[in-house]
Amino acid sequence: MLDTLLYLLWTVIKIMMIVVPLIIAVAFYTYFERKVIGSMQIRVGPSRVGPLGLLQPFADVLKLLLKEIILPANANRFLFVLAPVIVLAPAFAAWAVVPFSDLLVLADVDAGLIYVLALTSLGVYGVIIAGWASNSKYAFLGAMRSAAQTVSYEISMGFALVGVLIMGGTLNLREIVLAQQGGIFDWFWLPLLPLFVIYMISGLAETNRAPFDVAEGESEIVAGFHVEYSGAAFAVFFLAEYANMILISGLTAILFAGGWLSPFESVPVLGDTVLGEGSILWFLAKTVVFMFMFLWYRATFPRYRYDQIMRLGWKVLIPITLVWVMLAAIMVVFGLVVRGS
Amino acid sequence: MIVQELIFYAYAVVLVLAASMVITVRNPVYAVLFLVLTFFSAAAIWMLLEAEFLAIVLVVVYVGAVMVLFLFVVMMLDINLVPLKEGFIRYLPVAILVAIAMAVELLMVLWSKGRFGTDMFPLPAPNPVGHSNTRALGELLYSNYLLPFEVAGVVLLVAIIAAIALTLRKRTGIKIQDPGQQVRTRSEDSVRLVKMKPEKPPGV
Repeated sequence: MLDTLLYLLWTVIKIMMIVVPLIIAVAFYTYFERKVIGSMQIRVGPSRVGPLGLLQPFADVLKLLLKEIILPANANRFLFVLAPVIVLAPAFAAWAVVPFSDLLVLADVDAGLIYVLALTSLGVYGVIIAGWASNSKYAFLGAMRSAAQTVSYEISMGFALVGVLIMGGTLNLREIVLAQQGGIFDWFWLPLLPLFVIYMISGLAETNRAPFDVAEGESEIVAGFHVEYSGAAFAVFFLAEYANMILISGLTAILFAGGWLSPFESVPVLGDTVLGEGSILWFLAKTVVFMFMFLWYRATFPRYRYDQIMRLGWKVLIPITLVWVMLAAIMVVFGLVVRGS
Repeated sequence: MIVQELIFYAYAVVLVLAASMVITVRNPVYAVLFLVLTFFSAAAIWMLLEAEFLAIVLVVVYVGAVMVLFLFVVMMLDINLVPLKEGFIRYLPVAILVAIAMAVELLMVLWSKGRFGTDMFPLPAPNPVGHSNTRALGELLYSNYLLPFEVAGVVLLVAIIAAIALTLRKRTGIKIQDPGQQVRTRSEDSVRLVKMKPEKPPGV
């Protein structure tokens, strides 16, 4: 019994060791976003609170926590309060199977890849419930848009993952990374280049980020599904959106960019030094690169029109993934790609 | 393992409660949400049976996709519940009869000693460490049951094509963009640069 309790306690500590840095990362991601987009638009960005404006996220959090949470009179109270929690929980729970390095993984489960797919597809419930429970036109429109968009892009995202699964020969995320050993040209981004691009596009659509942010669409439907939320409840939606972006970035790093592996692994001289060793630092560096790309897209592209989003998802991305999944299978069967070389 | 039993009973209770709420709540949106909870609890129980692949696929397919579309439709439609409830009292006796018959059948199976009772089936041994549920399923599907699997695939394909054929209709008189044509457009096609002398202002 004591063993079980100790095991539980140790697991809770490990969960905290993932969740607490994640929340801090979300806080600084918002700062990073404002600075990056600021410099892309030749502005300064936040610069007043603390040195270089570094304390700005904490000022924002404090402001949101001190604000009043307004419950609309005709809202469905229970679901209205439940919705932000439903958005947030999968965004955090998916980190359970993410391997940070060869040994650093909370749950090294065999079905890690579909577990992640299942959890990323659950977040949309929070959005739909928020839109419906708010009892507001704009919120409801945002929820409907989000539901249709998520279901459409989940298919191409799932097929992109099938390509990775065929290449890696396993559903275990740690083993998928190990199958990519051998340096930057052995990572799956090269043989699966179209799927890599499609995964990132679908990731944008799944997280409702620009240019696919029609669920929010502040110029058309005010703020979409979270228009009625204020204070801490709004902060939870915000937290979930950024946690999801970090999750998709981390997953892209694991599935297509070799996770914790070093890009110089098989380079003659460099590979024997410390730079050639895989470590969590490589994983974090790759994740930050993909996180930066999320911001880059936002500063670059205007919002898609809704029918064009649907056309892109169903008529462009899904056919490409279908073809490339078959090509990936051919590459594996004829030994054109060697796992873990 | 007592922890496993506790988890099982917790999820089983949630499952049964949620399933009965699906058919009793008045609001159809609530009914769909309870159905989601039912699927989720069922997935958790499958997980306890070490069928992790099936459990997660249940969540991906039903919770992640099918039920989202259900919610989508139920929220869009303004369903009038009164006609749906009209026949309730009339059909109640038949329903109770069917329910009792099924309950008796279940109890006869579960409690009959020596035939189907729980005493006839030993507890399944837990799978060895490193056993991959997904691999085992795949090996069975692609070797022993290849033909039924392929036939099911073909049936699904026919269903997809039929669904598309049923909903596809050509409408006239609406404006549709051709993205290929839009991409091919060059500025020379629509903009003409004209060289002309600057006009003299009057009175110079």
